Amino acid sequence: MVRKRLFLYVFLVAALFIAAAFSMSLGAVKIPVREIFLILGKKAGLFTQYTVSERFEGVLHIVRIPRVLLGLLVGAALGISGTAIQGIFRNPLAEPSLIGISAGASLMAVIIIVMEISLFAGLSNLLGYYLLAFGAFAGAGLAALLVYQISRTEGKSNVATMLLAGIAINALAGALTGLITFAADDQQLRNITFWMLGSLAGATWETVLSILPFILIPLALLPRMGKALNTFALGEVPASQLGLKVNSVKRNIVILATMAVGASVAVSGIIGFVGLLVPHTIRLVIGVDHKHVLPASALLGALMLTLADLLCRTLIAPVELPIGVITALLGTPLFLYILIKDKKKFAL
Amino acid sequence: MLTAETITYQIGRRSLLKDISFSVRPGELLVILGANGAGKSTLLRNLSGELKPLKGTIQLKGKTISSYSTKELAMLRAVMNQQNIVSLPFSVAEIVMMGRYPHYKNHPTEKDLQIVEEVTRLTGISNMAERSYPTLSGGEQQRVQLARVLAQVWDIPNALLLMDEPVASLDIQYQQQTLAVAKDLAKRGFMVISVLHDINLAAQYADRILLLKNGRKWYDGSAAEILTAKNLYEIFEIDSDVYTNPRTLKHFFIPKDVHLNSI
Repeated sequence: MVRKRLFLYVFLVAALFIAAAFSMSLGAVKIPVREIFLILGKKAGLFTQYTVSERFEGVLHIVRIPRVLLGLLVGAALGISGTAIQGIFRNPLAEPSLIGISAGASLMAVIIIVMEISLFAGLSNLLGYYLLAFGAFAGAGLAALLVYQISRTEGKSNVATMLLAGIAINALAGALTGLITFAADDQQLRNITFWMLGSLAGATWETVLSILPFILIPLALLPRMGKALNTFALGEVPASQLGLKVNSVKRNIVILATMAVGASVAVSGIIGFVGLLVPHTIRLVIGVDHKHVLPASALLGALMLTLADLLCRTLIAPVELPIGVITALLGTPLFLYILIKDKKKFAL
Repeated sequence: MLTAETITYQIGRRSLLKDISFSVRPGELLVILGANGAGKSTLLRNLSGELKPLKGTIQLKGKTISSYSTKELAMLRAVMNQQNIVSLPFSVAEIVMMGRYPHYKNHPTEKDLQIVEEVTRLTGISNMAERSYPTLSGGEQQRVQLARVLAQVWDIPNALLLMDEPVASLDIQYQQQTLAVAKDLAKRGFMVISVLHDINLAAQYADRILLLKNGRKWYDGSAAEILTAKNLYEIFEIDSDVYTNPRTLKHFFIPKDVHLNSI
């Protein structure tokens, strides 16, 4: 098992670098990988004796690097928060979208897009993106809080009620989102639709910077929750008998996961199946210990989204597919396969 | 020392425990007996700190249970629950190691590993250490949980061990073994409190017995004085013959046939 884990980490990190290099290289303008290394090296103060193409440098700096970074961040966020949410809810099928986090985030984002608050001039400045990211985080947090409060009885939250409340919140947010789209003009409608299917096309340095804190904090803190999430698998009462402050740990994990998902939804829309697929795949390879599943999920999520984005940019170029379509197409068959194969093991 | 004083617990207006007082010394194995709904599990959950009594106090090692932090309590007492559903397919070894979680931060120490190894051997699950928990039988799962619970307080002097029907789905060999382990822990200075259903097991192993009925303490004393045909009739409404094991001089009970004359 130790060797398997080591192998997985090495594989994921290596694959991540290769995928990122390919993603920076391929597209409407092809940039040789060697050139990418030189340009990145120059930025770091190396290879000063070489000259690089300014055109390549421009494309890389303005388009490709932010896009790859956004893919890495959003993928890592969705992967790790999927694992954390499944752990908290003691349900291997739980996903941020299931308990209304994504729906809450999307509802707030749609409201902001349609209302076109004056600060928010055409999604172009950093402040606008912060506003969108923060709005989505607030929506996600509000939804999570609502579900959490509804499901609390006698100072404890009941997982079954929480999941059912999540379904209700999803339906409500879905209906309100639908209602608001009637008020949108054509351009806004196109924005909303494209963004509901998920896309990294909005990647700029501003979007990357605007979500950076919302994603780096959960990425830094969630992997420390491994032992806590493991004991959660025993049940909330046994977890507390093992010395875990169940309610405060649960609240912290939900806040961190909400933060990551909200920020991701704000800049890339609802990209489904990553948060569901990634933890399952990791568990099949290295087992269920969260100490390793959490960091590995972040890595695999980043890898999966980078590859999916590469596919959706290049498959039918110059037209771009929404990334949510790709992840769903790749995700559902594998997910169904896992489901059927491990029906007993997951006790669904 | 564990001291419970006039514990009353109720849900809504229905009281589940009324004025229960008793104490347990280090070295004692106390068995709680009573009919279904007598309040055995509720009492245990009050003792573990999971539920807070409406009235009365529970003191563990000179401090009330509620004044300990969750973490401190985890270093003083372990609980073996009735229900043991694990939501992810952990391996047996991983589950037993969770018993040591309160004792280490990131990596188990040599001592943690050694304790896990010891309790794994004691509960007879060494050969299934790498197996996935959900694939085990009910009895095997129960032994794994016992190992986890033992690991938690194995190295703590005079720790409190609470067990809610620890032998419910075990075969006769492991019923005996589990109680023998409990008894042995008591000999080493633990305070062991176990809810049991099997009167003969209780008679065989208990140092003291607490008989509950309708949420009240009915009798409290040694197995020899408490477990009589008369008392069993009072609590369970069954007639039974009492025999004495000629070797151990302990009592055992054989219930008489029940005749249903209402049908």
